[in-house]
Amino acid sequence: MSEYKSGSNLEKVLKAGHFALTGECGPPKGANVEHLKEKLQHLKGMVDAVNITDNQTAVVRLASWAACTIMIQEGMEPNFQMVCRDRNRLAIQSDILGVYAMGVRNMLCLSGDHQRFGNHPEAKNVYDIDSIQLISLVKKMRDEGKFMNGEDIDVPPKLFIGAASNPFADPFEFRVYRLKLKIEAGADFIQTQCIYNIKKFREFMKRAVDMGLHERCYILAGITPLKSVGMARYMASAVPGMDVPDELIKRLKGAGKGKVAEEGIKIAVEQIQEMKEIEGVAGVHLMAIEWEHRVPEIVKMAGLYPRPKV
Amino acid sequence: MIVAEAKPIKEILEMINGLKRVLVVGCKGCVTVCNVGGAKEVAILASAIRIAGKKHHNEVEVGEMTLERQCDPEFIEELKDIINDYEGIISLACGVGPQFISERYPEVKVFPGVNTKFIGGAVEHGIWSERCAGCGTCIIHLFEGMCPIARCSKSLLHGPCGGSSNGKCEISPEVECIWDKIVKKKMENGRLEDLLTLKPPKDWRSARDGGPRKSVREELVI
Repeated sequence: MSEYKSGSNLEKVLKAGHFALTGECGPPKGANVEHLKEKLQHLKGMVDAVNITDNQTAVVRLASWAACTIMIQEGMEPNFQMVCRDRNRLAIQSDILGVYAMGVRNMLCLSGDHQRFGNHPEAKNVYDIDSIQLISLVKKMRDEGKFMNGEDIDVPPKLFIGAASNPFADPFEFRVYRLKLKIEAGADFIQTQCIYNIKKFREFMKRAVDMGLHERCYILAGITPLKSVGMARYMASAVPGMDVPDELIKRLKGAGKGKVAEEGIKIAVEQIQEMKEIEGVAGVHLMAIEWEHRVPEIVKMAGLYPRPKV
Repeated sequence: MIVAEAKPIKEILEMINGLKRVLVVGCKGCVTVCNVGGAKEVAILASAIRIAGKKHHNEVEVGEMTLERQCDPEFIEELKDIINDYEGIISLACGVGPQFISERYPEVKVFPGVNTKFIGGAVEHGIWSERCAGCGTCIIHLFEGMCPIARCSKSLLHGPCGGSSNGKCEISPEVECIWDKIVKKKMENGRLEDLLTLKPPKDWRSARDGGPRKSVREELVI
């Protein structure tokens, strides 16, 4: 066996010490495979792996695992997102084996947005286990070759284990401890919530570095370019746990008619460059929501192209 | 206690539509305490049914009775002599009441007059809040006396999630984030390290997930 836990491209890039870059793509609200492939093409060669969201914001979409397999057929590397909202421990373990069998090597473990947000608020929720227990479970399956109940797995799934962290949720003082818990559970890499308040993020990272967490796992800073003033306002007011400083909204407004999107891209590029300088940040997770076609220019402007080959 | 809410009168009238003789049965237990199914509410509902009947020229004879408890067959027995005078029974007890009445008097139509909501208590006058999910394996001592199973929207054992904002849950500004409270109380009491250990997945067999439950106390069984 190799020195890698999963042998995924993302793991190799991070282990080699490169500044990693991951992208994100939401599957379609339907079986429109062509549209999915088109969105993915914009990301091809631009990022080291692409997160495929799992019924994000509790809205039903094409299954994350299916979109991952389509991505693999397109010659790209997925980061399979799984939420605990929709599956009990049987379905979770079965899906983990399923995606691994189909070639998935990265997985992001999430609790998931509550279904009351989404388009089926009447649904029964599951939450059999939480995101931290999910991380422990994937690690147990990978490293011990055992199911949750202790039974042996015939060919265990070797996955690079990811987790999310929101430095801007409350209470702030506890955030870094929750990050530590995720690392202790077995997270190999972390992707953070979208960062707009960089000052607060620096404080969070300082605490993480003081605790040595950056040496125990790779922390990727979340960046989402703002497409419009409306989007910035929505993020600031309607998305729980999101911190968008007023000066950022003012700056976008000040760009003037027809130039807001360009300003949003400029801000994202600046943010990426700032992230490169923050101690403990191992890369960036670029979530260009329904803006995949602008990813190539952001990546190039940020000086992150071409991507390393390991 | 078990907290319930009155069903809308319209729904109750639809349920009993066509019946001429109806008995409204209250309970002196939890539903009396939460002002939804005691003698007072029995009288109010009975009047409402009579008035609605008159309004639609469809007189309904409505009887009233309030039992000590509807979750005990001993008290259900008290209906024995009058139950056959009625075509339908509306129980204002929690979900146990109408079932116990049905089991004892299988020939009678029984209707639930309330919606049973949760196990909780009064937090303000007129406001009740959920405290217990009846999971069957209590662990509130681990969380400074607060239950994340019942009170966290996601029943997280390692919270708070990324949706916690200003002490509120991501699902609504009306819902408190119990994990915010747990963390703050642990910090105040100097017990934060309690939250820095990994908790194993819960065994849900003791909850409703393990199938309908029964409690057997051998020493009490005759």
